[in-house]
Amino acid sequence: MNKLYIGIAIVLLIILSGISLFIGVSTVTLDGLLSGDSKQLQTFMVSRIPRLIAIIIAGMSMSVVGLIMQQLARNKFVSPSTAGTMESATLGILISSFFFSSTSVLGRTAVSFVFALIGTMIFMKILDYAKYKDVIFVPLVGIMFGSVIGSITTFIALRYDMLQSLGAWMAGSFAGILSGRYEMLYIAVPTTIVAYLYADRFTLAGMGEHFSTNLGLNYKQVMNIGLAITALSTAVVVLTVGVIPFLGLVVPNVVTIIFGDNLKRTLPLTALAGSLFVLICDIFGRLVRYPYEIPISLVVGIVGSIIFIYLITKRGAYASKA
Amino acid sequence: MIEVRNLTKKYGSKAVVDNVSLKIAKGGITSFIGPNGAGKSTLLGMISRLIPRDAGEIYIDGQEISKVKSKDLAKKISVLKQENHINVRLTVRELVSFGRFPYSQGRLNDEDWKFVDEAIDYMDLREFEHRFLDQLSGGQRQRAFVAMVICQNTDYILLDEPLNNLDMKHSVQIMHVLRRMVNELGKTIILVVHDINFASCHSDSIVALKDGKLIRHGSVSQIIETSALREIYDMDIPIEVINGNRIGVYFS
Amino acid sequence: MQAKPNKEGHATLKQTALGSTGFVSEQPRQNYHVSPQVLWAKLLSLFLLAALCIGLYMTIGVTDWGFALPRRGIKVVAMLLVCFSIAYSTVIFQTVTNNRILTPSIIGFDSVYLLIQTLIIFLFGSMTLIQMSKQTQFVMNVGCMVLFAVLLYSWLFKREGRNLYFLILIGMIFGTFFGSLTTFMQMVMDPNEFTVLQDRMFSSINNVSSDLINISAVLVILTTLYSLRFFKFLDPISLGRDQAINLGIDHSRVVNRCMVVIAIFVSVSTALVGPITFFGLLAANLSYEFMRTYRHSFLVPAATLISIIAIAGGQLLVERVFTFSTSISVIVNFVGGLYFLFLLLKGAKA
Repeated sequence: MNKLYIGIAIVLLIILSGISLFIGVSTVTLDGLLSGDSKQLQTFMVSRIPRLIAIIIAGMSMSVVGLIMQQLARNKFVSPSTAGTMESATLGILISSFFFSSTSVLGRTAVSFVFALIGTMIFMKILDYAKYKDVIFVPLVGIMFGSVIGSITTFIALRYDMLQSLGAWMAGSFAGILSGRYEMLYIAVPTTIVAYLYADRFTLAGMGEHFSTNLGLNYKQVMNIGLAITALSTAVVVLTVGVIPFLGLVVPNVVTIIFGDNLKRTLPLTALAGSLFVLICDIFGRLVRYPYEIPISLVVGIVGSIIFIYLITKRGAYASKA
Repeated sequence: MIEVRNLTKKYGSKAVVDNVSLKIAKGGITSFIGPNGAGKSTLLGMISRLIPRDAGEIYIDGQEISKVKSKDLAKKISVLKQENHINVRLTVRELVSFGRFPYSQGRLNDEDWKFVDEAIDYMDLREFEHRFLDQLSGGQRQRAFVAMVICQNTDYILLDEPLNNLDMKHSVQIMHVLRRMVNELGKTIILVVHDINFASCHSDSIVALKDGKLIRHGSVSQIIETSALREIYDMDIPIEVINGNRIGVYFS
Repeated sequence: MQAKPNKEGHATLKQTALGSTGFVSEQPRQNYHVSPQVLWAKLLSLFLLAALCIGLYMTIGVTDWGFALPRRGIKVVAMLLVCFSIAYSTVIFQTVTNNRILTPSIIGFDSVYLLIQTLIIFLFGSMTLIQMSKQTQFVMNVGCMVLFAVLLYSWLFKREGRNLYFLILIGMIFGTFFGSLTTFMQMVMDPNEFTVLQDRMFSSINNVSSDLINISAVLVILTTLYSLRFFKFLDPISLGRDQAINLGIDHSRVVNRCMVVIAIFVSVSTALVGPITFFGLLAANLSYEFMRTYRHSFLVPAATLISIIAIAGGQLLVERVFTFSTSISVIVNFVGGLYFLFLLLKGAKA
């Protein structure tokens, strides 16, 4: 059964990828590529292919990261955009621009990663002190925490007149993805693989420190690995694409609603579904006002918030009787 | 007199109160008893207009309550719910003074304040009158709310499980207060109680509900009686008479 | 109508029902926890401070009086309107929803305003935008807002047993949703002039849309007069729905009218200076903390004055003292966000 769904998802992904490759302002056709039109080949290699790769990696890694966070925090509605991770990563990028030029991608990634990690850890610490830990309350605190960090970021950006460049990271878009400017995103591939290998351990760690230690798990280590994967993937996605809201929340939830909670089983599906979702949203964003392009953050923001509201009313209804 | 005719309340397709008709005479204490989900609180809520009804009529002293202005009704009937969670910080005296709202619309004159004084004294709350409600014990807080109701000075007083969360001493204390309000002030009191023995010892009449239907209405000796209780609670409860009170021994 | 005390009851009430020897002294007792004199004194000091802030704001650093005064005067009028609107609407909203965390802007009312504004232009085409006067547009927006607010209220709040945190979360996501939708429609309408359009449509504290001040002032005054008719019900409504009904208040009618008033006030403040999410929360809660009373006749003026002090004083600090290029709404959102987080974690009761 599972294999069937994965198969269907892969076929869909291939078809849609094909479509994605041939959408754009400058004409690129299969004939043109085959006939060796150098201009078309150039566009194809420099812009179209990188864009597709970026879409697939970003969708996959953000969804998987969301799933891990939900396991670790044992809450269905925790994700990079509801735990301050995205906002911390953005703040990190802003701060890093004081120390590194825009070409020093590695340095900026490092700073952004550290910020995202610290931000997420603070959020987890806040949760320890929170009175309620129900399914509604935790994302609420996370969103608020994120918006406080967001206002620090805006404050600094205003102070140093960097609001313009901040806007680029705050609103995720694949329009700027060109070969030579997105390769950092490849980091998210190994982290996703590690996530898959550690999947069971994340589930156990989510059961709590005592429970998992009792089963012989190095709780702290697993927790730290989980948070590091989260922070790293988020940092590279924010740096190259920008913030994509609710992605890590919506995709894993929809997948688990349909396929259940077994992490090892749903993880590949979540990854595929994430890529598919972003791909569809991106194609829509490019076609709806052709030849102009609606940024991915907006499309996912609209679709994502509708799904999120649906999820809360469905799940929150009985989970939040306080 | 309070008269209820064919009163019905449905949640979804389930009738929580099902075609209940009932007359409660002026003066005295009437208790609503019945198992969980019998519709006691819903019935009380509808009589006090807190819960909208689906069908039926409610008359208080011959007037259908939907035809009376809410403001005027508030001078005739008052209601106290079991959960009185208040979000604002109020002192006992400030809370009690709200009981004058139907008369003063918020602008209390000297006479209104006299009512407040008297209600506070009546409930023996003088020493707490400037304490905040959240600084009081459960029993004291319940007394403060009763003082507010006294201050509202209505003929009919409806209480939804007033003994909830009170210990034995304070429960008995509240019941004694209610009795004195009936005897001294001529009030008519209707309350929902869980414990049949409280209903037995302190009521003049008892209304028994089950599955939204009224199944018995009568004096204490008619209701606190093994066969009637079996019908209400599906339990065999032997009755002992102790000091003139009928006590149901339902513990074994 | 005055109460005719029950003669019988009056006499016997003197003894306590619990049997203790209730003494009845004739000295007057203090009626309120905080006496009216103290409350008036507090209000007066807030008023003086607010006046000082405005005075300073009007005069500091002025070289060309003829040029500066009218310009700053307009800003001050806008500020006063916005402060009153936000403070009043937030306090009323918290009273009728019976909590101190929710505010109209936290559950996304002002993003609804922006959405409606965009939607109208979207549906009628941007040609109408030019033809229609800004005032006509504004009135249309307010009308839609009122309709929406009443509908939203009956959908969100009238269901029994709704959890407070559920409402906040839903409201915040709705806010994001409306925000994204607004930007989306603007982009679809005119991708080239997107930013131009955005500038023309939306205002901020630093960029008050002055052509709406007259109509806003009229609207605020009329709405306030209208609200005075049920202002006295606010105190008992803060005891909760059941108590309010018990005290003879037509609860749902008053609450519906409050929602209309709130919708108008939110429209005015959003139209004049754009959304400032956490400002109302701060103003209302500071006023509760400072006044320590439940009485709305003191709470509402206090919240208004505190807002004025915060905005005028804050603006003064930011613009003239620190000469920051920052916007005060960023600071408000930072402080307000922290405070909100604190309220949440403290577990402020529903």
